[in-house]
Amino acid sequence: MRFAPHTDDDVREMLARCGLDSLDQLFDQIPPSVRLDRPLDLPDGVSEMEILDDMRRLSALDRSADDLVCFAGAGAYDHYVPSVVWALAGRSEFYTSYTPYQPELSQGVLQALFEYQSMICELTGLEVSNASLYDGATALGEAVNLARSAPGRDRVLVSSAVDPRYVDTLRTYGRGAGYEPEVFAAEDGRGGRPEVGPDVAAVVVQHPNRFGILEPARELFGAAHAGGARAIQVFDPLSLGILAPPGELRADIAVAEGQVLGNHLSFGGPYLGIIATRLDDVRRLPGRIVGETVDVDGKVGFVLTLQAREQHIRRERATSNICTNQTLMAIAATVYLSWLGPQGLAELGRQCAAKASYAAGRLTEILGVDLLFPGAPFFKEFALRLPGPAEEVRDALIQRGFLAGVPLPDADGRGLLVAVTERRTKAQIDALAGAMRAVLA
Amino acid sequence: MDLSHPGRRAYSHPALDVPAAELPDELVRRDPPGLPEVAERDIVSHYTRLAQMNYGVDTGVYPLGSCSMKYNPKVAEAVAALPGFQRAHPHQPDHTVQGALELLWRLERALCEITGMARATLQPPAGACGELTGLLIMRAHHVKQGSPRKRIAIPDSSHGTNPASVRLAGYEALHIPSDSRGLVDVSALEKLVDEDVAGLMLTNPNTLGLFEEEIEKITSVVHGVGGLVYYDGANLNAILGRCRPGNMGFDIVHINTHKTFATPHGGGGPGAGPVGVTEDLVPYLPVPSVERDEMTGAFHLSADRPHSIGRMHGFHGNFGVLVRAYAYVFLHGGEGLRAVGERAVLNANYLAELVKGTFPLAYPGRPMHEFVATAKALKEETGIRAMDVAKRLIDLGYHPSTVYFPLVVEEAMMVEPTETETMETLDGLAAAMLQAAEEARTEPDLLHRAPVTAPVRRLDEARAARHLRLRW
Repeated sequence: MRFAPHTDDDVREMLARCGLDSLDQLFDQIPPSVRLDRPLDLPDGVSEMEILDDMRRLSALDRSADDLVCFAGAGAYDHYVPSVVWALAGRSEFYTSYTPYQPELSQGVLQALFEYQSMICELTGLEVSNASLYDGATALGEAVNLARSAPGRDRVLVSSAVDPRYVDTLRTYGRGAGYEPEVFAAEDGRGGRPEVGPDVAAVVVQHPNRFGILEPARELFGAAHAGGARAIQVFDPLSLGILAPPGELRADIAVAEGQVLGNHLSFGGPYLGIIATRLDDVRRLPGRIVGETVDVDGKVGFVLTLQAREQHIRRERATSNICTNQTLMAIAATVYLSWLGPQGLAELGRQCAAKASYAAGRLTEILGVDLLFPGAPFFKEFALRLPGPAEEVRDALIQRGFLAGVPLPDADGRGLLVAVTERRTKAQIDALAGAMRAVLA
Repeated sequence: MDLSHPGRRAYSHPALDVPAAELPDELVRRDPPGLPEVAERDIVSHYTRLAQMNYGVDTGVYPLGSCSMKYNPKVAEAVAALPGFQRAHPHQPDHTVQGALELLWRLERALCEITGMARATLQPPAGACGELTGLLIMRAHHVKQGSPRKRIAIPDSSHGTNPASVRLAGYEALHIPSDSRGLVDVSALEKLVDEDVAGLMLTNPNTLGLFEEEIEKITSVVHGVGGLVYYDGANLNAILGRCRPGNMGFDIVHINTHKTFATPHGGGGPGAGPVGVTEDLVPYLPVPSVERDEMTGAFHLSADRPHSIGRMHGFHGNFGVLVRAYAYVFLHGGEGLRAVGERAVLNANYLAELVKGTFPLAYPGRPMHEFVATAKALKEETGIRAMDVAKRLIDLGYHPSTVYFPLVVEEAMMVEPTETETMETLDGLAAAMLQAAEEARTEPDLLHRAPVTAPVRRLDEARAARHLRLRW
């Protein structure tokens, strides 16, 4: 299967125009000692039909949220992706284009990203966003870099209720940036008492947190500010129809995983890193930013702006190294949020909260199954303590057609995190409860 | 927001079938977010029109240098949508995702064979992230040897992500000058590198499209001071199947799947930046990795790498992008990939031949898959700049090449047609470039006023930065 269109005649004619006889001559300058003297050890190329068959075979080996009723969350969620999203974001004028270096030919992408930035500001109650980062975890890394700008303030305090994958990612990025994230303990699954000294740059809190629990966000951010540090919130975009947004809670920088905004589970990626902050920080914000301007006729148009922050202009003095981002996922998010609107977003939030609450009630009716943190308010996820190892219960429930949740490292391996989105019906929740009861009996 | 009208809606949810939940009052949102209220039909026409204003590879040739904007096979889109991939949850246990894990395992092995590396991580979601990954691996290696060292050498022609990644990895950039051929000045390199230099980052062929002929000397100079050599895979398209970074002395390699392996650029992403390493550096690769059980043949995710640099991404990287790269690699096979490289280099040389009389190559060597020409002579003669030529090309129906990069060339035009364009397309692009140059002499106003046929005319970028409007 080949996509280069050249016939043998084409090759001959083009070589002749270059004054050459053979393709090999084009590679004369490669020293013989570094030339590969054998073919690549790969299977022979195949036709389109054959690659489809091979990949269908691989896909068929996988279970998925299509054949398992999905109650798994912990950073990736089975929310409904309406048909318009990929009917539009999947148009090839969007997905086969690149970063808009010639803005006149890229107004489609640029305007869509401007709308995305605007919607993220509206959602978060903060003043400026960018045109996307890689995912929630790396967005947190960038937010910490942004926060670590005041001289003498280098330390980073992170709640133990922040997703451990995010903390791991911070640890990796921190090795280059010169910090080691310091975890402060949440108490009963939320809160905690971060000691914010004059050398602390930022306090990181996830709300709703990794147990699905609502944090006392205002108090925690207040503690950060009282110590002169910045408050960073990891938020859930789909909670912001019903929960107070980061801006209102007085977070300084907010980051999130945008997979929930119209993007597929896709075994972990491509996802969408969201970041929003105050206008004061705009010149230190990483990544692409789209701005509105006018053309020579005074017509409104959009361009990449403040490029002096970026690697292609500022090189080692850039705010980050990001070049390719997750533009297409941001466009999908924009279409998705347009489809939801403010009423749809609020309705969705109410449904997730209601169904999660109902599910928690049904599951804790089972003997031996309790909430890990009873009494703690939660949004669309909650942590259970099971009578036996969570992985075994999870595996047994897969046999019965349910992806019942994500085993937690907490509670001696008996913790299970259960997520309930608007896609889950009462019948499915009741069936999960019945199956779990049977498995534990 | 112009389309928004109170009460209009597109969404639909089933009726709530369970009792409503109470949330703590102090955490409840009071004012709804100012999202637009639009009917589905208007959403569709709005974004359809936006798409129609946008030029992609599907529209026509997109000759951006070092971006490898080649044709994106549609079969790759079909396979990425298979439910076992698209609907798999990243927290599913290994035994339920054997297909996805096998795909990652086979892709890793193929990329190692193509680049001459021992193992690779598929986690970095972009090339720049791959660069940071590679530099953190270098750091971990040197820390193990006793000292992280202080500097990373990079050529002055390097892509901007290189020095930016160097800083993020906690190093300083040491700039290596180019010689009169546009290649790394090897005697300068010898004088500049010492035991404070952790490594060298290099693209080969370089951003001028020129093969670093003294590559073996270069890598041995760096190894001689105990440094490591990093291959920026942006230009891998040129050498596919002909030579491999591993055989040139490189220790760490990143690949841009959205360049060499035709995964779509997405308007700016998503891409993927897998990183391969030699055997000695395998212990530092990020976790989790995909391993295969020798006895059972089953695949599993493993975090058993005590010296790993850790995690570079929340999950397993841009899996959906890697699915597309897999399709591309195995559609082509080894021979097919070698043919890709050959035709990419042929196309660039042919196009250069057609335009070099008017837009001479900046350096004398034969280019590979891309070439850098200069509009300096045209500017001196007519006052018309590379930017004006680019804007006129838009009116002539072509997306322009990259302009003003690399920084070492005045009025640079970095042109990479890729292998998927026909001779006729290249003839047309060349004719348009030559026409623009002719008009620069006879009717310069056509270039000054360009573009006039695009959805907007030349945009005031200075104003955008002065009067910030970053949201509606």
